Amino acid sequence: MNVARNVAGEVTADGRTLGGTLMDLRNITLRFGGVTAIKDISFDIREGEIRAIIGPNGAGKSSMLNVISGFYNPQEGEVWFRGDRRGPMRPYQVARLGIARTFQNIALFDGMSVLDNIMTGRLTHTRSGLLDQAIWWGKAQREENAHREKVEEIIDFLEIQRIRKTPVGRLPYGLKKRVELARALAAEPKLLLLDEPMAGMNVEEKEDMSRYILDVNDEFGTTVALIEHDMGVVMDLSDRVVVMDYGRKIGDGTPSEVRNNQAVIDAYLGVAHD
Amino acid sequence: MSIPRLLARNVDAYGSEPAYREKDLGIWQVWSWSEAAAEIEALALGFLTLGAQPGDTIAILGRNRPALYWAMVAAQRVGAVPVPLYQDSVAEEIAFVLDHCEARFVVAGDQEQVDKLIDVKDDLPVLAHIVYLDPRGLRKYDHTHLTAYATLQDAGRAARDDLMPELVRRTDGLGPDDTCVMLYTSGTTGKPKGVVLSNRNIIETAKNSAEFDRLRRDEEVLAYLPMAWVGDFIFSIGQAMWCGFCVNCPESEDTMMTDLREIGPTYYFAPPRVFESQLTSVMIRMEDAGALKKWLFDRFMALARRVGGPILDGAPVAASDRLAYRLGDLLVYGPLKNTLGFSRVRVGYTAGEAIGPEIFDFYRSLGINLKQLYGQTEASVFITQQRDGEVRSDTVGTPTPGVELRIDESREVFYRSPGVFVRYHKNPESTASTKDGEGWVATGDAGFIEEGTGHLRIIDRAKDVGAMADGSLFAPKFVENKLKFYPDILEAVVFGNGRDRCCAFINIDLTAVGNWAERNNIAYSSYQELSQHPRVLDTIAGHVAAVNDSIAGDEMLSGCRIHRFLVLHKELDADDGELTRTRKVRRRIIEDKFSDLITALYDGSDRVSTVTEVTYEDGRKGAISATLEIRDVIPAPADRMAAQ
Repeated sequence: MNVARNVAGEVTADGRTLGGTLMDLRNITLRFGGVTAIKDISFDIREGEIRAIIGPNGAGKSSMLNVISGFYNPQEGEVWFRGDRRGPMRPYQVARLGIARTFQNIALFDGMSVLDNIMTGRLTHTRSGLLDQAIWWGKAQREENAHREKVEEIIDFLEIQRIRKTPVGRLPYGLKKRVELARALAAEPKLLLLDEPMAGMNVEEKEDMSRYILDVNDEFGTTVALIEHDMGVVMDLSDRVVVMDYGRKIGDGTPSEVRNNQAVIDAYLGVAHD
Repeated sequence: MSIPRLLARNVDAYGSEPAYREKDLGIWQVWSWSEAAAEIEALALGFLTLGAQPGDTIAILGRNRPALYWAMVAAQRVGAVPVPLYQDSVAEEIAFVLDHCEARFVVAGDQEQVDKLIDVKDDLPVLAHIVYLDPRGLRKYDHTHLTAYATLQDAGRAARDDLMPELVRRTDGLGPDDTCVMLYTSGTTGKPKGVVLSNRNIIETAKNSAEFDRLRRDEEVLAYLPMAWVGDFIFSIGQAMWCGFCVNCPESEDTMMTDLREIGPTYYFAPPRVFESQLTSVMIRMEDAGALKKWLFDRFMALARRVGGPILDGAPVAASDRLAYRLGDLLVYGPLKNTLGFSRVRVGYTAGEAIGPEIFDFYRSLGINLKQLYGQTEASVFITQQRDGEVRSDTVGTPTPGVELRIDESREVFYRSPGVFVRYHKNPESTASTKDGEGWVATGDAGFIEEGTGHLRIIDRAKDVGAMADGSLFAPKFVENKLKFYPDILEAVVFGNGRDRCCAFINIDLTAVGNWAERNNIAYSSYQELSQHPRVLDTIAGHVAAVNDSIAGDEMLSGCRIHRFLVLHKELDADDGELTRTRKVRRRIIEDKFSDLITALYDGSDRVSTVTEVTYEDGRKGAISATLEIRDVIPAPADRMAAQ
């Protein structure tokens, strides 16, 4: 079964061609002391897709994202990324692997300009050393120019030219979210993790953000895994959806499959427990 | 004589000088005349690979970008007619124009514009192909009738050997009477009309007006006004090609002010509302400034108001005042001009609407050579212009070289010039009713030539000038403009034709009134609530009374004093059809749509309830209901009689 799912080129119901497996999560169990946040969950993320993780509050979505990002190390199970089994890692090692993320509570440097914030996303791609950068000549300067060009492409892509020099602290919430996405993109990730990218946004901002996520996926071919509460957004955006409830996986498939899954309906609408 | 020939001349004369700049990826990218010509040639060859024929129409739809200006010249090179469209038009408006001009190709700026075109494409059998500039988001679209700009240029370059002779033949065949561009007028009434302008129209007008202001090759302009507007075509193509100056395009619509500062144009055009909103934002920011800065600003602005204008006009001014003004320039005017992006402006123009005297004088007192001109699409812009040293806020200047003026007995202004349009596209009736056999064109504006100075003064649209019930002159625009000079008032619509007295609708300016509310601790939850706040109504009533006072002295127009007014609960909007895309009031439509409010203004009631349909930007419709208070400014005649 797993082997069959690894083959690239499979075509989904809506005509999209799926890539090979980028990340495979096998029988993940995560405990915090006596609390089991995730119980024996397996699913995969395929190259080039938009994969959503949904579920009611406390279902274990954020924990799952933290397992994917390498922040949590599960007690049981295996995480395979690009064909290799991944052991416990430090955050910078994860970043070097090509995984970038945004946070549910925005985590930007408020006092720095939008441009500088996005430039920090290029850190994993910086090769010149501390000394070179301090002297600021030759290689370091050339390198920064190249990084700046990449960053400007992202600024153009996300249409935030007019706030390029604005300190992040002065921006409204919706724009901060966009800047955070820009910083994650600056790392040129293979896998982009978005933790509730639409939380707290109005309808127009949500539409814009959806457009950007689709465009990122489209233009850069970036694989996206996201957690989101807004069902409309998830169903429109994602290629495949994992549904969690009480730390278990209760559904997995295309948006239409998931929508018709009885377990999912029960979890969302509630049923009388025996 | 043709635009492509001017391009070739510029390439020969100063090929390596900058012709176009655009801020992209945070850096000003530059194209020299030679580089621009090569881009244009590649695109023109690309059009040939698509089978473009002489006489075809190629529409251009997007924000100001060098590549879209090139598309217009490339269209001319293949013998086609470029038709620039307003980029913020909704799909149906675009469909009307594309259908009317029978566009075979459209060059669109980005995905947003392509989406609109795809929406209406099925109703446009002639539309064969869409070319897009920014590929973002369009990767997965069906490309059967869709090509990227760069791809088309590549195809053109690849076929250069085969197609070049044909391209050269077509470009060389262009003459002064061939169509240079077709521009759709926004139309205050009815559907837009396609104004056909020849190479002669554009080039002669560009030449005359450039000589008038001594425009040179080293001018810098910022191209930010809609490409579909005749002014942008004259400035960014006509005069730019004639003089050989550089056209700068902003990075995006939102960054226009920053880009303006960075470029520091020497030749600048903006409609009055742009100057108005800049002045408003300066004043709002000054209120937040520290005491010392405020003191300096107030003191030196008082000096500038007194001597700034005369110094600019070269009039005699006391040496002590000149010295003080120079100090003011160092401390206040210079930095302020720099913030506004006007440090280098040598020739600045405003037109399209009347500009408030305070606003006009403010900019001139800073030493900015802001002038007025009067023009029309049908005239390739220029009819009259103000000469340096003869600048006033209440006239529009003397005829541009080459223009003849005539005022007929009904006060309507007529002109004849080399810029007079060829015809309205597919509309011989309108052509005949606008332009007579001798080439005189009716402007549709009423005005008079001032004795002594020879300056033209415009009162109103000729068709809007009417008579009150007692036969006195009714000129709504004249009164509306006076009202709109108050920063609190965004729009005003005055009624009274054939009636015994005038009444008005007022739109508040949310920026100015909102700021005032904030300072006075007035809470409001919506535009509607703020618009009906008693203190807002009091303020507006004060403005209306002041305008009445200023009109009362004018023998001709004293009948236009406003007796009653109400403040509208929504902003008049082009999306609802109440304004044109250039923000001119569409009187008939407003009269029709708000007939219940007009009835209430005239039947003496002191409040009225209404429901209004609104269109959101994405085309969805909704309704808002409101109860509006009506204020009397001049007591009703019955009361007056009772008082006597």
